[in-house]
Amino acid sequence: MNRAAFAALWSHWRRHPVQLATLVAGLALATALWSGVQAINAEARKSYDRAAGVLGQDQLDRLEASGGITVAQYVALRRAGWNVTPMVEGDLPKDNLHILGVDPLTAPPQPALAAFAGDGTALAAFLGNGFLLVSPETAARLDNADLPPLRIAADVPPDTAITDIGVALRLLNTDRLSHLLIARQQPMGLAPLSDITDLRRVTPQDQSSLAQLTESFHLNLTAFGLLSFAVGLFIVQSAIGLAFEQRRATFRTLRALGLGLRRLMTLLALELGAIALVSGIVGIALGYGIAAALLPDVAGTLRGLYGAQITGTLGFDPLWALSALGIALLGVTAAGAQALWRVARMPLLAPAQPRAWAMASGRAIRVQTAAALGLLTISAALVIWGGSLMAGFACLAALLIGAALALPVMLLALLRLARKFARGPLGEWLVADARQQVPALSLALMALLLALSANIGVGTMVGSFRTTFTGWLDQRLASELYITAPTADEADEIRAYLAPRSDAVLPIWSVDITLRGARAQVYGIADHATYRDNWPLLQALPEAWDRLANGTGVLINEQMARRDRLGLGDMLALADGWSEPVLGIYSDYGNPQAQLITGTDALAARYPDTPVLRFAVRVAPARVPGLIADLTDRFALPEGTLRNQSEVKAAAMNVFDQTFVVTGALNVLTLGVAGFAMLTSLLTLSTLRLPQVAPVWALGVAPRQIALAELARTALLAALTWALSIPVGLALAWVLLAVVNVQAFGWRLPMQVFPDGWLWLGLWALIAALLASAWPVWRLVSLPGGQLLRVFANDR
Amino acid sequence: MIARALTFLWICLSSAVSAQGFAGLGTDADGYALPSAQTALTFPTDHLSHPDFRIEWWYLTANLQGADGREYGVQWTLFRSALAPETGSGWQTPQIWMGHAALTSARTHRFAQKLARGGIGQAGVTAAPFDAFIDDWQMQSQATTGDPLDALILRARGDDFAYDLNMRAQGDLVLQGDQGFSLKSPTGEASYYYSQPFYQVSGTLTLPDGDIAVTGQAWLDHEWSSQPLNEDQDGWDWLSLHFEDGSKMMGFGLRSGSGAHFTSATWVTPVGETTAYGDGALALEPLETARVAGRDLPVRWRVTLPARGIDIVTEPLNPQSWMGTGFPYWEGPIRFSGTHSGSGYLEMTGYD
Repeated sequence: MNRAAFAALWSHWRRHPVQLATLVAGLALATALWSGVQAINAEARKSYDRAAGVLGQDQLDRLEASGGITVAQYVALRRAGWNVTPMVEGDLPKDNLHILGVDPLTAPPQPALAAFAGDGTALAAFLGNGFLLVSPETAARLDNADLPPLRIAADVPPDTAITDIGVALRLLNTDRLSHLLIARQQPMGLAPLSDITDLRRVTPQDQSSLAQLTESFHLNLTAFGLLSFAVGLFIVQSAIGLAFEQRRATFRTLRALGLGLRRLMTLLALELGAIALVSGIVGIALGYGIAAALLPDVAGTLRGLYGAQITGTLGFDPLWALSALGIALLGVTAAGAQALWRVARMPLLAPAQPRAWAMASGRAIRVQTAAALGLLTISAALVIWGGSLMAGFACLAALLIGAALALPVMLLALLRLARKFARGPLGEWLVADARQQVPALSLALMALLLALSANIGVGTMVGSFRTTFTGWLDQRLASELYITAPTADEADEIRAYLAPRSDAVLPIWSVDITLRGARAQVYGIADHATYRDNWPLLQALPEAWDRLANGTGVLINEQMARRDRLGLGDMLALADGWSEPVLGIYSDYGNPQAQLITGTDALAARYPDTPVLRFAVRVAPARVPGLIADLTDRFALPEGTLRNQSEVKAAAMNVFDQTFVVTGALNVLTLGVAGFAMLTSLLTLSTLRLPQVAPVWALGVAPRQIALAELARTALLAALTWALSIPVGLALAWVLLAVVNVQAFGWRLPMQVFPDGWLWLGLWALIAALLASAWPVWRLVSLPGGQLLRVFANDR
Repeated sequence: MIARALTFLWICLSSAVSAQGFAGLGTDADGYALPSAQTALTFPTDHLSHPDFRIEWWYLTANLQGADGREYGVQWTLFRSALAPETGSGWQTPQIWMGHAALTSARTHRFAQKLARGGIGQAGVTAAPFDAFIDDWQMQSQATTGDPLDALILRARGDDFAYDLNMRAQGDLVLQGDQGFSLKSPTGEASYYYSQPFYQVSGTLTLPDGDIAVTGQAWLDHEWSSQPLNEDQDGWDWLSLHFEDGSKMMGFGLRSGSGAHFTSATWVTPVGETTAYGDGALALEPLETARVAGRDLPVRWRVTLPARGIDIVTEPLNPQSWMGTGFPYWEGPIRFSGTHSGSGYLEMTGYD
């Protein structure tokens, strides 16, 4: 019996392979996008842990000084008995390699150096001629004969090389140590650190500060994954709904033959489970592909934004695959529950005629509208009273779902309006028929609305960000040439050399301080028109620049102002006996840390030993290349020392664009999923619509004209949905910029709109809708006349 | 003592000990200077380091008593190991330094290890004043006249102990072997080796419970070489003995894989006259083993030097005087009795 029943049920899919393919594809897509995003997040987090775990940097207190630590300072601590170990960190931009120099003789035991255990000659070689310890993937891509030999160690973070401190100092062309790690266990009876050194002791705030910094980025990705999953479920639900509807006759017959309800339900659940399993496996493969394809961009983004080193290759985690299967099952359950429930309640002897699937009553529309209003109210309330990143995302979710639920009623209203403009009987039929179809198509249209709104919202955010960022860069990077000298002596020489050959040489130097329990950088800037004219201040007291120059106040960045709720005129305690009022607040995009600006004299008076290694040079732009050539000839400057303005800008814009590559890719994918949802729904409808089309055909309208009318109707619905998606998308962008961004990054961007982008999107939506309807329409109108006639012969 | 050699090629050796003798001491000396019997030692220059030799150590052991009569042992060692026979400078110097310090009582044995590279001022040996140091551990000369080693202060500190000792030499330096040329095997491996065995010590030990004032005697060795062990020698047993009449004796036996022992001894009278005894004169016979760090070690020895009428048995102050350092060994204070009595230090290496 089971077998016969299952064969009967399954025969439906054999006769409707396209429907089966749709179901599997929809579920696989949903699973793929969701689990792909999860895989990316997991891979990134793994990299953070690996980076943080190296040398126990995430656990041990460290000693720091702005400008670095001298060997003499280090030796003084050792000779006082303190168990500290020196570290040197820096980047080789040409090789895209982060160098980590360690002293294995004083370093705490650590997994990354485990390669030495059992291979004594390795340590001798490490200390002797030197080599770079790198991960296998880094070794595979490095190709520079000037670098020391490579050795593989799986525990080393990606794009990082661990090497002896002597080698690191030579490669980085510096004589300063980056910081000292303080071992937990110290000899008994030592003098206090403060008696021996004036280096600053810093306790790591979190096991992995990188993980914290990048949390909002991953939350964004997760939200995108969830959105895609939701859109994918629309497809699944429409496909399952259709399949069940079409099999009502089969169900009735099976029940009439004596198949128990429970057994029928079990068989159907098993069938869905099998489909979920197959789709899940396809989804895993797809998701892995998506994640692997996107990961290099994500890695680029994270490196640019946070300096986080992420491996560009994806590992395969069985646990991840299992959870992806789970998600697929969950999706089928969510999408199929309603259909199963309906089968369960179906009266045994009910007429086996299609009920014009999902034909919603006026009451259902009213309930849906009420829910939409409720959600939109919640969303607005969250904007006003929320105050966390989670509240921001909840607000987004409520906004999107509310807007989607409100879509049918809005479309109906618009179509009622459109009827006034309809000309001729065919036009009136078209509009009326569109109204009749709204409930059936509403799920697909909701998916389209979500995809379009997300596109407009994210596009607006990225566009606003880019415009603001470009303008801000122009202001911030007002100087023509930027120089970083390797040592203080060379810095002095370069400065002296440049003085008569340029309009101004402005020092760029900073001191790291601990402010209100968090790290902050204090920059000292010279009193110069470059800053007065160009530095973008969001708010400022009168004569802020004069007061800054004479050292009686500071400027702070927007992040700090928002985080610590600081306003103009508030007093800020920078160090013992050093308090200054806030003179102004400046925008500082892309910087996760608190930052302050004070006059260079005020800073020099308090930190006389901090070397000034960086300069901005004002000089006529035409003279920049000549000056660079002069400096390169005269001083043995390592690569990356001289950066001209356009180079810096290009690098910054590159980082910026990288950041949104992933967003863009996900956007396109979501739109694709929505288009697919349209196709599914229209396919469903095409078989159900015979009763509507047959009379029109019988009245003498040519099939070709019917086809055009069908296409026009789809285009009309898509266009209306697009029109509604614009306000929703703008609301979305506003929430992203004014709520989510502020919570995630600490700065707010002015919103700008880009209407030409909407037009393009509308065009794409139309094309997608027409493509999606082309096949169903062709199928409908190429039916033999006999089949259309049969509509009249049958019961309707 | 050679032995003391323990050394440190910890660096190059770790697990690959067996074929090359203990701690890599049996490897070739390519590029490094070799000891020669024709070269006379000159002081104070030879108190300093010899970077063209591969290994070198300044090794001090002290037998001390508290006011209550309790006995203690103190060890202070500075090893130098060259990765290349040159001085170098800065971080890239090939000279690596290691310090070992220990404080032994009848119940406890506390020890610590330090590692550093030369070239940056973290470890080394300097003249004027003579100062052998690694981090805050140091052995510094206080002598204003005479040999720099005549008066020293000695300091070290671990997680749970510290000491600060003053040492005054009551006699002259003692050259081991043939005028400081000390043969280590029948095939000619050798080292330069001299001692100052006549220190009277006073100072303070610091333990978690508090400070303890101590007095006693100490023995300093300075030895350097490039290839002091033959390839088939895999460990040694070494002794320094303070006799009650003021005489001193140094003796060692090198154990080779073939089962043969190569022994050597130096007898020092209370006024510093020395007599060297070659292979076979001294006999070392293990009497009793103890389970130490997962292995059986002979902690009780019968020591005989018939030429001097010596037949004694040594007893450790603490049988668990195990140095669980980068390369591990046993080093601790002993008492002896029999035909003669007194105190001293025992070192045993290469027991796996």
